[in-house]
Amino acid sequence: MKILEAKNITKYFHDPITIQVLKEVSFSIEQGEFVSIIGKSGCGKSTLLYILSTMDTDYEGELYIDNVLMRQKKEADLALVRNEKIGFVFQFHYLLNEFSVLRNVMLPGIKLGKYSEKEIEHRAMEKLKILGIDGEALKKPNQLSGGQKQRVAIARALINDPLIIMADEPTGNLDKKNSEIVFTIFKELSEVYNQSLLIVTHDGEFAKATNRIIEMEDGKIIRM
Amino acid sequence: MNFKLIVSVSRALMFARWKQTLVAAIGVTFGITMFISLLSFMAGLNELLDNLIINRTPHIRLYNEVLPSENQPVDLSENYSGHYNFVHSVRPKKERPEIQNSFAVINSIRQDERVLGVAPKVTAQVFYNIGLVNLTGLINGIDIDAENRLFAFSEYVTSGNFMDLKNIPNSIILGKAGAEKMMVETGDMITVTNPRGDRVPLKVVGLFESGIQELDKVQSYASIKTCQKLLGESSGYITDLQIKLHDMTLAPAMAQEYSELYNTEAIDIQAANAQFDTGSSIRTLISYAVGITLLIVAGFGIYNILNMMIYEKMDSIAILKATGFSGKDVNRVFIFIALTIGIFGGLLGLMFGFGVSALIDQIPFDTAALPHIKTYPVSYNPKFYIIGGIFSLVTTYFAGYFPSQKASKIDPVIIIRGK
Ligand SMILES: Nc1ncnc2c1ncn2[C@@H]1O[C@H](COP(=O)(O)OP(=O)(O)O)[C@@H](O)[C@H]1O
Ligand SMILES: [Mg+2]
Repeated sequence: MKILEAKNITKYFHDPITIQVLKEVSFSIEQGEFVSIIGKSGCGKSTLLYILSTMDTDYEGELYIDNVLMRQKKEADLALVRNEKIGFVFQFHYLLNEFSVLRNVMLPGIKLGKYSEKEIEHRAMEKLKILGIDGEALKKPNQLSGGQKQRVAIARALINDPLIIMADEPTGNLDKKNSEIVFTIFKELSEVYNQSLLIVTHDGEFAKATNRIIEMEDGKIIRM
Repeated sequence: MNFKLIVSVSRALMFARWKQTLVAAIGVTFGITMFISLLSFMAGLNELLDNLIINRTPHIRLYNEVLPSENQPVDLSENYSGHYNFVHSVRPKKERPEIQNSFAVINSIRQDERVLGVAPKVTAQVFYNIGLVNLTGLINGIDIDAENRLFAFSEYVTSGNFMDLKNIPNSIILGKAGAEKMMVETGDMITVTNPRGDRVPLKVVGLFESGIQELDKVQSYASIKTCQKLLGESSGYITDLQIKLHDMTLAPAMAQEYSELYNTEAIDIQAANAQFDTGSSIRTLISYAVGITLLIVAGFGIYNILNMMIYEKMDSIAILKATGFSGKDVNRVFIFIALTIGIFGGLLGLMFGFGVSALIDQIPFDTAALPHIKTYPVSYNPKFYIIGGIFSLVTTYFAGYFPSQKASKIDPVIIIRGK
């Protein structure tokens, strides 16, 4: 079953001069697939990922998530799609320092409002346990190491049991040991929990371990 | 529930910048405090002056002025009907300054539904005798009950009991300044000379202070009966009718009406005190202007802190949006912050405003002009508190509106890419 489909995605930037960053990118992802996107820096990986995550709406072509066309959706509806169906992990952790680790993980769940707050808390603890950081639940994010923060971010991405997790160079800011931990977690999520994943990376070794590699060059897919 | 989430996010943002939040709230508190105390004080002052003038002045006064007749005999002559005539030095004919048929007039006015009450009055020109010296004086013969009910007579009787005027025959209440001049006190006897030259002894049962010294030296009060006796007139002799209405604004029209109906002169309060209303409304206007200016300044404080917060928390806003908060949710967060500042700052302001008013109310304010006023006048009209409360919400809402709008439009992609 296709959970995500991109058809002829084309994107231009107009500032300072008009350049075409994505050129008719088309591909699809099946439920449970573990896909990596690789390519040289500046080839348009991040740009593509922001479009796929519905945050960037200024593009040509069609994007289907869960077989629904994203084009006509309003801003609030897209927010709901992100909340419910997509878990996003950034290169930087992007946690809210005002809240505890546990609360950070819970926020998208509370926003979705599918479960009671008590249940969401319980589920958040479970996700933290999967990632091996349940012991830090009550700390503030700024009391954690970089690797731990990234694991919290992954737990947050998981809280609403998303259709797909997208990550933009999730290890780009981590040392080798922590990178390996994060990779292991993604693999485990894919193998044990059958979670669909789309990971942008420049680590060829990691990419080889995934189900499918999409290689980009100059805004085009050259291999997939 | 989404509201709870918005509250919790707002709270987190406010606590993260609690000092600035506090300063913004203090701005609102200060604005509202000043607004309330200023208006309360001004309104107190206005009410005081109302008491001084409006409450003590009849809305309509009926009296007879001794005037020369408008129609001279030559006007009636048919021989000269087509001619101009000039009559110099016209003198009034002998006419008594009394209101004709006063009992009937009073009764008919009392039956008018627009009328709150009528207080009849007899004025008598006299001399107060102090040894060999005579001082001119004017005795107002009043209906004590009516005068007190309509014009708060008791408020300016500062010594003695005003009811003695009614209960003790041949009694008088002197102006305090006049009594000092005559060197008499409550309980003493004085003699006055009436217009026919007879000397009449009167007992001083009290002193009054009207607020105007010169008036107090000349004027005094007695009962209508005492005054009529002094003048040697019958009980129907009334020179003035002082009328109070339920609705003061009807006074000019009704004065005209009564003047024609009862064939007397009539003057209304608006004509007698034209400048008065203007003063009141200008004072009120100034207080509102100052209060509202303060609140707008406080509003800019809130605007600033929110803008700063949005600038600092750009990352947090971006991440909230990336994880599923809509622009509307972000908008609500900042509006909520603004309103929280407004509500807490405003409530504190209302309380402090009340406190400051109560404090002003305690400050001694001694003035010879206003004998029954011991402290600065303050009004506790709930209207000011309601307006202040509403206004603090409205200004903070508008102060929060533009920053919230800005926050809701933050594009998460730009922020996340910027890293
Ligand atoms: N906001 C922008 N305005 C103009 N050009 C941009 C903007 N963002 C990215 N680009 C350009 O688009 C191209 C693709 O960028 P990006 O998607 O970040 O590449 P990658 O993630 O593969 O390194 C780059 O050449 C970059 O300079
Ligand atoms: Mg990139």
